[in-house]
Amino acid sequence: MTSYLLICLIGVVFIAFWAGRTKAVKLAGSELAALHSRPDYHGLYTVILTAFPALLLIPVWNFFASRIIEGALKREFADHVNGLGLPQLQAFLRDVNAIVDGGIASNRDEVHVLAAQYLSKLNGTSDWLLTSFVLLLMAAGFFHAYRQISVQNRSRHVVEKTIRWIVLVCSVVAIFTTIGIVLSLIFESVRFFGKVPLLDFLFGLHWSPQSAFEGAGAEALADDNSKIFGAIPLFLGTFLVTIIAMAVAGPIGLMAAIYLSDYASSRFRAIAKPLLEILAGIPTVVYGFFAALTVAPAIRGWGESFGLSVSSESALAAGLVMGIMIIPFVSSLSDDVINAVPQSLRDGSAGLGATKSETIRKVVLPAALPGIVAAMMLAISRAIGETMIVFMAAGTAANLTINPLEAVTTVTVQIVTLLVGDQEFDSAKTLAAFALGLVLFFITLVLNIIALRVVQKYREQYD
Amino acid sequence: MDTGVVSLKENNEMTENGQSSKPLKMRCRDVSVFYAEKQALFDVDLDINQKQVTALIGPSGCGKSTFLRCLNRMNDTIDICRVEGSIHLDDMDVYDPDIDVVELRARVGMVFQKPNPFPKSIFENVAYGPKIHGLVSGKRDLEEVVVTSLKKAGLFEEVKDRLHEPGTGLSGGQQQRLCIARAIAVSPEVILMDEPCSALDPIATARVEELIDELRENYTIVIVTHSMQQAARVSQRTAMFHLGVLVEVDDTDTIFTNPSDEKTQAYITGRYG
Repeated sequence: MTSYLLICLIGVVFIAFWAGRTKAVKLAGSELAALHSRPDYHGLYTVILTAFPALLLIPVWNFFASRIIEGALKREFADHVNGLGLPQLQAFLRDVNAIVDGGIASNRDEVHVLAAQYLSKLNGTSDWLLTSFVLLLMAAGFFHAYRQISVQNRSRHVVEKTIRWIVLVCSVVAIFTTIGIVLSLIFESVRFFGKVPLLDFLFGLHWSPQSAFEGAGAEALADDNSKIFGAIPLFLGTFLVTIIAMAVAGPIGLMAAIYLSDYASSRFRAIAKPLLEILAGIPTVVYGFFAALTVAPAIRGWGESFGLSVSSESALAAGLVMGIMIIPFVSSLSDDVINAVPQSLRDGSAGLGATKSETIRKVVLPAALPGIVAAMMLAISRAIGETMIVFMAAGTAANLTINPLEAVTTVTVQIVTLLVGDQEFDSAKTLAAFALGLVLFFITLVLNIIALRVVQKYREQYD
Repeated sequence: MDTGVVSLKENNEMTENGQSSKPLKMRCRDVSVFYAEKQALFDVDLDINQKQVTALIGPSGCGKSTFLRCLNRMNDTIDICRVEGSIHLDDMDVYDPDIDVVELRARVGMVFQKPNPFPKSIFENVAYGPKIHGLVSGKRDLEEVVVTSLKKAGLFEEVKDRLHEPGTGLSGGQQQRLCIARAIAVSPEVILMDEPCSALDPIATARVEELIDELRENYTIVIVTHSMQQAARVSQRTAMFHLGVLVEVDDTDTIFTNPSDEKTQAYITGRYG
């Protein structure tokens, strides 16, 4: 029903625009300049007054109607419902809805069918009411706007104000989504820390959530729970893989950027830069099996030829491949900032007899440093957040090690393994994922703040 | 410290073509410059005398900056640029493929149109050249070079208390004098200036012009300028370019009072350009 209304609304929008515009043009006659606002603004003005109230009504109506209907249903079938606990009540409502929508209901006894009939009646009434209200609102808005249009009508101001509100709402949506995500992380983490002490989590050296004991008798074993949620191995693993990745991507990316911006001919640059950026477009899963099937065995082969014991899933393999993956992040951004260093500085340095590499090392790079730091920080955030490559190439074993030849696991990989599969949602195991997410969020936040500070400090000095 | 400029042969006067009483520093013959297919300079013959200011004047796009940049091979940095003819600095063939551009640019310094101090401290800006050329040994030596150069550029008194603040924090005129100090620190023999005052206000311009006049005692200076007054004020010889051709070169006094070419006359009196 609502979808028909929306389609109808789109049609009305075009008609309203055309009507408002035509009236404005007619009123202006031969003197178009006499209009306070251009004809298009009068058209948009009509559209706004016609469509916006109706558009606002639909979600508000749906929000309240579903609650009112549910309340009415419960009252009507109070005899049946009153004896039920929360899960049973939810099951009842779910089944009734399923019968109405033609879905699969687990229970089709008489009460359910009756309830379904009652529900569909209520739904029908609600839809008709909504439709008529929307049509009324549109008609009222349209005629009001149409009557308002005159040579002096300040349609442009209304349109500008509406646009202002639209962009405001969009930015607020983004901000509130962020706040919502952070809050949900915090709330779930607090529940987790109710089960496992914060310090045990942050500084514990042992991570094996699969052995967490749930169900009857869990209270008695609470001490054990706090011993198996030690996050240090995960953060150490993340740290190790990130370091290896940055050791690859940092120098290679930066030097590639220097070559592209200062040495390469413009023709080579025009071809090479997009090619390099394609690297960023390869799905991480593809990098993942490249790491797991090609790089890891190769490293193992080399290692063994030197007499080293290398596990078949290693931090080194994951780090190397992740490094390759983030090269374009470093090189593309660095290339942009290096290019932004004015040619006059390069000329000045060359004019003093500095060679090209001296100029780059001593003048260009220092001048581009804030941007380069920002690029590196972005790459680090990307490396910390990367999941798939590590999942496939570094394994899931939470070893407490800094040996890059051993299997490690990272925070993101553990979040995935904690949340997939059959779990109760309020077990310590699933809640641990939120706690890990929260800590990871803090780490990237701190990194970003540090990067911002560095950028600001040097910007003051250099600009 | 060897400044490489304190010549004892100050009064070694030599007359060439009856135009000049100074010895020759740079000799340019048949210099033509091409940007890809387009020729920007046509067979320029120009002599630059030692310890004099030579001004290059002419309307925009006449090739005077291009010519200036040939003198220390700054055009090398432009891929499509090709230079023909010969330029000699004393006995050194500037365009000999065997010569070291680094050494050439140490002898022929350059100051640019827009002040372009490096994003470093004032001290580091001046120390940059001496450091990369290994002209100094030790910290005290370096400090001495920096202070001397800043003094010669007439900037020392203004910045002596903030040598370690960023050079970019100075005013435009101070920045330009910092760039001159930076060039002097390498002890060049010739200093090329590409419209050094075009980005400066009149007071800063006067200060830089004064400085150019002082520097003439020790350095050979070639300056590109758009301002006739400036050419008249600071230079001893003036070369007039038009459409890539050297129209006329003579003592500045002669050029401004009695030019032999119509175009020069028209340009100087402001009828075009």
